[in-house]
Amino acid sequence: MTDDRIVPVTMPKWGLSMQLGKITGWIVTEGDEVSVGDELADIETDKIAGTLEAADAGTVRRIIARVGEDVPVSGTIALIAPAGVSDADLETAAEQARAVIDAGVPDEAEGEPAVETAEVGGRQVRYVGAGRDGDVVLLVHGYGGDRNSWLFLQAPMAGKHRVYTLDLPGHGTSSKDVGDGSVGLLADAVIGVLDAIGADRAHLAGHSLGGVVALTAAARDPARIRSLTLIAPAGFGPEINAGYLRGFADAATRRELKPVVGQLFADESLVTRQVVDDLLAYKRIDGVDEALHTLLGTLLSPDGQTQGIDAAAVAAAIGGAVPVTVVWGTEDRIIPSAQAEAVAGAAVHLIDGAGHMPHMERPAEVQAAIEEAIAGAV
Amino acid sequence: MARNITYREALNEALAQEMERDESVIVMGEDNAGGEGAPGDQDAWGGVLGVTKGLYHKFPGRVLDTPISESAFIGAAIGAATAGMRPVAELMFVDFMGVCFDQIYNQAAKFRYMFGGKAVTPVVIRTMYGAGLRAAAQHSQCLYPLFTHIPGLKVVLPATPYDAKGMLIQAIRDNDPVMFFEHKALYDTSGPVPEESYTVPFGEADVVREGGDVTIVTLGRMVHTSLDAAAQLAAGGVQCEVVDLRTTSPLDEDTVLESVEGTGRLVVVDEAHPRCSIATDISALVAQKAFGALQAPIEMVTAPHTPVPFSSALEDRYIPDAQRIVNAVKTVTGWTR
Amino acid sequence: MTDTLGQGMLNREQLLDAYRTMRAIREFEERVHREFATGEIPGFVHLYAGEEASAAGVCGNLDDRDTIASTHRGHGHCIAKGVDVSEMMAEIYGRRTGSCHGKGGSMHIADLSKGMLGANGIVGGGPPLICGTALAAKIKGTGGVSVAFFGDGGSNQGTTLESMNLACVWNLPAIFVAENNGYAEATSSTWSVASDNIADRAAGFGMPGVIVDGFDFFAVHEAASEAIARARRGGGPTLIEMKFTRYFGHFEGDQQTYRADEVERARSELDCLLRFAARVTETGELSQADLDAVDAEVGAEIDKAVDGAKAAPLPTEADLLTDVYVRY
Repeated sequence: MTDDRIVPVTMPKWGLSMQLGKITGWIVTEGDEVSVGDELADIETDKIAGTLEAADAGTVRRIIARVGEDVPVSGTIALIAPAGVSDADLETAAEQARAVIDAGVPDEAEGEPAVETAEVGGRQVRYVGAGRDGDVVLLVHGYGGDRNSWLFLQAPMAGKHRVYTLDLPGHGTSSKDVGDGSVGLLADAVIGVLDAIGADRAHLAGHSLGGVVALTAAARDPARIRSLTLIAPAGFGPEINAGYLRGFADAATRRELKPVVGQLFADESLVTRQVVDDLLAYKRIDGVDEALHTLLGTLLSPDGQTQGIDAAAVAAAIGGAVPVTVVWGTEDRIIPSAQAEAVAGAAVHLIDGAGHMPHMERPAEVQAAIEEAIAGAV
Repeated sequence: MARNITYREALNEALAQEMERDESVIVMGEDNAGGEGAPGDQDAWGGVLGVTKGLYHKFPGRVLDTPISESAFIGAAIGAATAGMRPVAELMFVDFMGVCFDQIYNQAAKFRYMFGGKAVTPVVIRTMYGAGLRAAAQHSQCLYPLFTHIPGLKVVLPATPYDAKGMLIQAIRDNDPVMFFEHKALYDTSGPVPEESYTVPFGEADVVREGGDVTIVTLGRMVHTSLDAAAQLAAGGVQCEVVDLRTTSPLDEDTVLESVEGTGRLVVVDEAHPRCSIATDISALVAQKAFGALQAPIEMVTAPHTPVPFSSALEDRYIPDAQRIVNAVKTVTGWTR
Repeated sequence: MTDTLGQGMLNREQLLDAYRTMRAIREFEERVHREFATGEIPGFVHLYAGEEASAAGVCGNLDDRDTIASTHRGHGHCIAKGVDVSEMMAEIYGRRTGSCHGKGGSMHIADLSKGMLGANGIVGGGPPLICGTALAAKIKGTGGVSVAFFGDGGSNQGTTLESMNLACVWNLPAIFVAENNGYAEATSSTWSVASDNIADRAAGFGMPGVIVDGFDFFAVHEAASEAIARARRGGGPTLIEMKFTRYFGHFEGDQQTYRADEVERARSELDCLLRFAARVTETGELSQADLDAVDAEVGAEIDKAVDGAKAAPLPTEADLLTDVYVRY
């Protein structure tokens, strides 16, 4: 009977297909005090490398998973416990955890949910959902991204909600034709997915271009959208890093793309070779080059330097009918975080030290902001 | 959406998608359909190892069987390319290059240069290479160094189904003559391949495994053997960086040099014969341009300077294996002045 | 320049064109012969003088849809297919203004825009290529034909024989023209060709074989016209063998000690230009004045070409590295 003050630190599920994660380095050692949000360990999966943040405060009493070893999702990798817990109880808990790691991926481990397809306006829009209970939450990625942008959030949030992610037209595995590349066309895809899911009401969260797309979808039918979370959304001011956008669209080689992608993050070391190679493979699919360049015409005004979208007008059309939350990294080098103030009537969460991709750089805090938006919804 | 298909299927898909997209793409070669003029089935073979199966009926008039006349039909493919077609001709075994090499290296490779920039020859010549199937001396060679040597040709060797599809699509769209090398032992290997059409550019090596202790530069089937060796070495604490060249012409020098600058040690693994091979080519490049970074002499793991033997006891010794690569890595990591 | 008066009959314009072509080839080659002796022309040249009727008679039946491939002895075919004479001369002198910007030389003069697939330094290099252009024409339905010119030497090359078989198997709009000038380099064709005639081989491939007096423009034109018409209507390939001789050596500098005195006789009794002139003036189809005018025009053109070539700039160092690939 182990002491229930022992809090396990577990291998997170980053992405619906993840079954194993590898600790590539421990940031804390046994005896360290941690607060919520502190970095604990660097973890690598076959899709991404990331840093695990503490979900609980306390003393790290045991580190169980070794560097370089594969651990099944949900396996305990460390134990946090107060000083009062006995070593004997800790040893017992550690042995149980070790046995789980050594056993590997259990047979009854959940397989990956199937990717579905919605036909919207003659285009195929792919989406995938996780979670059985609660409200429908649809996450909308940004320019050049795909549904895997939500790698760090979808599985964790699926415990409480039915969480869906989609590939916008021109992205991921959806049809690459983006027509006139308008925000409206992309919003059609979002609504099309909600229809396909059969969701009468849903929460939307969108990143960057996906933010103004979610906003536009909400404006079409405000009664349907329960809450809107906009993460570094496009369209709320003139300034934008046009060089980044053009560089991303034009880059043809690893050498050209890596420094461009680096601008997305406050910490450029997050841009691994795998990240760049995956982006290159996407950009080399037929139709993507055209799609990305067409969308540039939407994102930028004719001067090629300032934003071409007027999101404030869309927000005004919604009025106060849908509660809006804005999340922004203070080190955003693509769209300045000051534009958060232009989102009228929104609850604002600034994430200190995060860049343009807070949902990848500081997922726990972004998740908390979205949960708060969901909780406070109409 | 990516799904697992074989190297063979990936090539077939590339051909089918390009033939669908561009009607100037035609396919020709010995038994590329099979059954021409015979009383039984048409498309009986779809290529000796089935790569072109199904195309004959899907694209009537655009998949041509040929007599056994390499110089004539490889030359015809080249001539047709100068006249606005995009032929994909098959030189069944690269070992047969002797009977048609003139058309490839004196004609196709040189038109653009000799004619002062006034010719475009967008021909793809697909060919099988490599040992391991006990096909013996005249059906098992690599020979890609000979083509790499020729200015005006591009030489491409995909190691995975993903690269096979993307690089064949790239080759068909490319406006220069491309020699497209398929290792016969790779046709049945599987890997994730997107359904959509996509390209993989030439002149871009792929770092298939990152590591800081030694650089293994390799290509074709040897990429997989090198990865096996790297896994063995990792268990012993040696981290290998494995660089798949993917194309020998054009060559991605930068990725090779960058890797050696990082590790200081180089092992080149090449199934071709040792003299004037890709192994010697890469070794000279690194010795010249990254000399200062090297902490040990360069090791080359290649086939021996012999024809390919028949008996399995011999052929298995002929082909570089993981153990030899492991030994070479240990040599360079253990070397002291 | 297709026949408008029925097979083998030519109108005044066509006759003038034919004479102009043959005269241009003759003057070009005679001039190159003289200039080469001064040592100013680099490399090798192989002169076509004596064989003009073959190039003119065949190419007189072709148009822009059609392609030809030639040999190392390619100047005549180039001129007959419409390649610019000044650019050709500049190319032979290795100048930047040449047909190939000085990068090909005499043996590699080409102009794909005029369907001239190139002179070729490899004996037998042309026939496979011509199977390809014929295939392209057939698939695209252009109605175009492709002509492979090769010599008695090339007729023995495996590539030529394979190409004949392939063209018959695929039923291509191809014409094989064996220009039998009696010698493959220094070796007599009566010795190196095992059968009595190169044309005899045609039966072996299932196509018609025709023997033509290569000094007789009208005979050449008629035989070619028939073969080309057959090819255009889908009737498959033909092998035409021209019998004639070349006036100069295999290459310029060849002492030709392997020959007897057949050139003298040919020049005075068999020459294609003399015979053409005799025939057309006799029938009144053209006048001597017409012919003289052409001679003068051609003479001036060749002079201009040589003067231009000698004055033209050489390629630069940067030219060395360009155009190896479309994009590397």
